[in-house]
Amino acid sequence: MSSSIDVSLAEVAGSLALVVIAIGVSLWRRTELEEDIGIAVVRSFIQLTAIGFVIQLIFDQDSLLLVAALIAVMVVFGALTARHRARAVPSAFVPLLIALGVAGTATLGLVVGLGVFEPEPRFLVPVGGMVVGNSMTAAAVALNRLGDDMHDSARRIEATLALGATSREAAMPIVRRSLRSGTITLIDSTKTTGLIFFPGTMVGMLLAGADPTDAVRLQLILLWTLLGSVAIAALVATTLAYRNFFTPAHQLREPPEP
Amino acid sequence: MLFELERVTLARGPRVVLEDVSCRLPEGAVCVAGPSGCGKSSLLRLLNRLADPVSGTVRYQGEDVRAHDPLELRREVGLVPQLPALLDGSVADNLRFAAGLDGAEPEPGRLLDLAGLDLSYADRDAAKLSVGEQQRAMLARALAVEPRVLLLDEPTSALDEGARDAVEGTLRDMRERLRISIVLVTHDLDQARRMSDWVVRLDHGSVAAQGPVREVLAG
Repeated sequence: MSSSIDVSLAEVAGSLALVVIAIGVSLWRRTELEEDIGIAVVRSFIQLTAIGFVIQLIFDQDSLLLVAALIAVMVVFGALTARHRARAVPSAFVPLLIALGVAGTATLGLVVGLGVFEPEPRFLVPVGGMVVGNSMTAAAVALNRLGDDMHDSARRIEATLALGATSREAAMPIVRRSLRSGTITLIDSTKTTGLIFFPGTMVGMLLAGADPTDAVRLQLILLWTLLGSVAIAALVATTLAYRNFFTPAHQLREPPEP
Repeated sequence: MLFELERVTLARGPRVVLEDVSCRLPEGAVCVAGPSGCGKSSLLRLLNRLADPVSGTVRYQGEDVRAHDPLELRREVGLVPQLPALLDGSVADNLRFAAGLDGAEPEPGRLLDLAGLDLSYADRDAAKLSVGEQQRAMLARALAVEPRVLLLDEPTSALDEGARDAVEGTLRDMRERLRISIVLVTHDLDQARRMSDWVVRLDHGSVAAQGPVREVLAG
């Protein structure tokens, strides 16, 4: 399933015509997104070009150590980014860091261990990037929901604690809902894949001239791998983060207003 | 003595809600009375360790509450909050959850009867009950854990006069049948006279008076 195409800078520049349309829509309807679109285009160009060089370097060195270092950097930046979405969760960074680290390690370990991918940089770098990226989104959505629901349900949680329930028992309905929120988007998109949209890997492979059967098989591997990784990330993040709302004596750190 | 507070100061964030409070709450029926915002509910939460004081000591049966396992303490000293906060599901689901914390099976008929509801309420959706009915369901749920002491935070504040009288009757009846102590928080001094033998009056986070209700609330 190896294939490659050459993409010239002129072709990349040509796609900017569509960006001009996006800016035109913003100006016409006064959504005031022109600046954001501009920043997005410049940042995507710089970031992807930079990561392209990094990936090229890793491929040239053929070093698994460098792969691990790249994924570790992604995990740290992923946790820092997700923390902003989880502002209502006290000390969310550590749970997010552990969640992304565990999801990345467990997922890549399993796909390599089961022989789905060879332990080579050309597989581990792109798959690792997708795993960490999707895990970050899932963990961020889950903790965002956890923070909101813990705040909104403080009375109910404290009433449950007052019966002699543990903080885990009191928070479990909310943890369950948060876990669901974190994973449902990918589950839904996996359900509709091929019907309503073509996922990125498949599109990329078809554009690169790959056999459609190979493109579909690789896409299935990635979709199913991602299902596992987002489930792990959301599970670890919510399981660790809910504890930060409670003291060791099973008290809410921020009790409801009387 | 059931509870003793010795030089207790409690803060919520930067705000001090109880300052240097010392008082005693004997077995039986005790009221903590005072105007809104005087720290009554905060004091109640100290008694089963839903909160800990910044300084001072809270004792239950002569022993610092911090020496007790908080979960066992809360099963022995139940608290019914001012606003109903039942779990999703039926009333029976809520009773089952509470009794299950001690590994027991609830007796819905007996518990609902103690709280002034009939057995038909067991299968009702908790979210669809009136506030008064939810408050009674909360009482039944607290009793499912078989507490020795029940802390009640303004149990009738959301009710009209008729419903209030009915709940007071239910509480008196329940006390008589179960022989448990209650600590009732109220802003209504008449309710304190009707419901308690002993009263602690709070004002602006401090104890204004305490003692037998006939003396403290005379006239």
